Amino acid sequence: MNQSAVDKEKINFQPKKFNLWLFMITSFMLFAAFTSGFIVYTQGSADKGIKIILPHAFIYSTIVIVLSSFTMYLSFRSAKRLQFDKQKQFLWFTLILGVGFFFLQFYAWTVLVKMGVYLINPNASQSFIYIFTGVHLVHIIAGIILLINSLVGSYKNSPQVKNLFRLEMASIFWHFVDILWIYLYVFLLLNQQ
Amino acid sequence: METALIVNNSASVHRQEVNGHDEHHHHETFLTKYVFSQDHKMIAKQFLITGIIMGVIAMILSVLFRIQLAYPNTAFPFLQTLLGRFAPEGRLDPNFYLSLVTIHGTIMVFFVLTAGLSGTFSNLLIPLQLGARDMASPFLNMLSYWFFFTACVIMLSSFFVQKGPASGGWTIYPPLSALPKAMPGSEMGMSLWLASMVLFVASQLMGGINYISTVLNMRTKGMDLWKMPLTIWGFFLTAILGVLSFPVLVAGVVLLVFDRSMGTSFYLSDIVLNGAVLPNEGGSPILFEHLFWFLGHPEVYIVIMPAMGIASEVMAVNSRKPIFGYHAMVYSLIGITVLSFIVWGHHMFVTGMNPFIGGVFMITTLIIAVPSAVKTFNWLATLWRGNIRFTPAMMFAIGLVSFFISGGLTGIFLGNAALDINLHDTYFVVAHFHLVMGSAAIFGMLAGVYHWFPKMFGRLMDEKLGYLHFWLTFIGAYLVFFPMHFMGLDGVPRRYYAFTEFESMKQWLSVNTFITWAAIMSALAQVAFLFNFFYSIFYGKKATQNPWNANTLEWTTPVERIHGNWPGEIPTVYRWSYDYSKPGHDQDFIPQTVPFSQTMTSNLPHDFEDDPDVEKLQTEWLKQNSQEVK
Repeated sequence: MNQSAVDKEKINFQPKKFNLWLFMITSFMLFAAFTSGFIVYTQGSADKGIKIILPHAFIYSTIVIVLSSFTMYLSFRSAKRLQFDKQKQFLWFTLILGVGFFFLQFYAWTVLVKMGVYLINPNASQSFIYIFTGVHLVHIIAGIILLINSLVGSYKNSPQVKNLFRLEMASIFWHFVDILWIYLYVFLLLNQQ
Repeated sequence: METALIVNNSASVHRQEVNGHDEHHHHETFLTKYVFSQDHKMIAKQFLITGIIMGVIAMILSVLFRIQLAYPNTAFPFLQTLLGRFAPEGRLDPNFYLSLVTIHGTIMVFFVLTAGLSGTFSNLLIPLQLGARDMASPFLNMLSYWFFFTACVIMLSSFFVQKGPASGGWTIYPPLSALPKAMPGSEMGMSLWLASMVLFVASQLMGGINYISTVLNMRTKGMDLWKMPLTIWGFFLTAILGVLSFPVLVAGVVLLVFDRSMGTSFYLSDIVLNGAVLPNEGGSPILFEHLFWFLGHPEVYIVIMPAMGIASEVMAVNSRKPIFGYHAMVYSLIGITVLSFIVWGHHMFVTGMNPFIGGVFMITTLIIAVPSAVKTFNWLATLWRGNIRFTPAMMFAIGLVSFFISGGLTGIFLGNAALDINLHDTYFVVAHFHLVMGSAAIFGMLAGVYHWFPKMFGRLMDEKLGYLHFWLTFIGAYLVFFPMHFMGLDGVPRRYYAFTEFESMKQWLSVNTFITWAAIMSALAQVAFLFNFFYSIFYGKKATQNPWNANTLEWTTPVERIHGNWPGEIPTVYRWSYDYSKPGHDQDFIPQTVPFSQTMTSNLPHDFEDDPDVEKLQTEWLKQNSQEVK
């Protein structure tokens, strides 16, 4: 009886994880639309395009978010091995790196403004940089909320099934926003100048 | 594997907690049962009734602008009483006319035929026909409805702002939609339109994610994909379309909002407004059209595919025959799903598109005729020599096929890049899509309502009123939309307030009057439906468990729609859902829950999917019983 109850709970997690994957597909479609919009717009005439070298801040933020993905992985691995202290520790690292990424992107915007690359711009290819990073930051906020949720959960004495599930959801999504950023950054790099 | 192991080990420590969560204590209050319900059947009803109300509102809007088109020079004092400043001295304000057309289109396409149709029947039938207790995430499902409801409220609230609702057409092309000063409807009304649609898209994504997840994860034992009824295939592929295409609309709308509110120039360039040159430069309104129609075209299949699924099921049940070409039906739905993503350019032939690209879009568009024709052929073949029962649901399903054929034929004209130069933005287009996706999808939805009413409310709708409703609506729809083809061929443009100023179009005034009266007749016919629907909820004839003698799983649930759907275990499925009039069986239907071991007299070799052991059992049984069978 008890075992079947546990099984049921386990089964119930599966569709939720699946929902998350579907949600990530919708997010990906959103960015696919933005980037194809960029291509359609930029192909419009020769005076369109990014026309600048992207600020170095984007390199730093890329390093930070890749690192955070790695600490996320370590946290999840520790949780699976029942090393809960390590799980919390690495989760804290991930969270701090995530917030750091957020501010680095912000900083990159200020650099862009100093370079004279504004959001309100007759060359909307440059406005697209703000749209890509801005909408990506909205996803980062969602990811940070998930991280906080699993961090708070890890301090409560919740069942390991739940702990692991929460962490897995946060980790899948965090890796996703990481990969999403790399996609956007590579896309921008390929189109700069 | 590793994860699962640890899950089990550590779970034993916390077993109590997990177990405590598993037991559902339901203290249902009015609020949890009728308002914030997480039960998929209740959410389906909420979607249906909201959809019906929105449909009635959109219909009234259409009657209002039809009156203007029929009598452009006549004042109707009651219009001023009804609409106040929007109809000064009893004549519709031209700006308000545009609002009416815009909101009619928006409500019908999105709120009725997307949310009202998919929301109702996907929610109702996916768990019931697949054998699941509820959706994958009932909470998300509830949110989906309440986002939809809020979107409806916001959309309707735009009738109460000073300058009136959005009026740039349901496609909200910039620059009209991007410049608040462009026309009265582009101000507050447009902002509300955008806010409403953002909530609507969120609602659709939550719903769609749930539908896909439920179909893929929560089918009962034995229900493999090829045993699913065609309704489920329709809903499933519709949800996939929605999940892939709605985000693209969001992208387009985000850029639009930046243009509207922040001063960016994604879509705007070289505009002089009220004598002033706008600072926006370098944008391209065509970019918006690309993003919009990348959603917009799949959207019309989001509208029609659930209706197709419903019609297939209703026609098989009421013809007492297996659906003709089940696999072909599924593959044609898949074909439509895939093709729908590569045809959006046919809405943009006249935007200065490169003729070569126009040719590519033309070919992909015309290829859609193939899966569509497969479906039409299979429906007709299903009817062929069936024991047809003309229930109201069946009538509406056949009506769908009729509209789909007559509206689909004109699609072949419009998909042609050369002919489209002439036909673009004329009444020919209006006639085409009102038949092929408007009327056809509405008829699919109504077929579903008549067919599954007993499942939703435990009672039957009145058949006589159903026939009255059907014939008046069916004839009315043809009388409304058929003449429009000829207006379109003559070059009469859509969305015009009046045709009195154009010498060449004056001759169409009498036709417009005729169309308006036909529209009023079909609108009045809906009173028969509304009365029938709401009266039958409370006073209709009590339904039996399986009133249509259908095979699908939903008719194995008790009439009193309980939480969790089945009182005991979820039934197991042994066969597909179309074993109607199978030779050798004593009844003309065999529910999906009946194992082949109980139907030895009617089993056929292909039922066993080439399993030699079972086939052997069957042949041995036939040998032993050959005397009795004869």
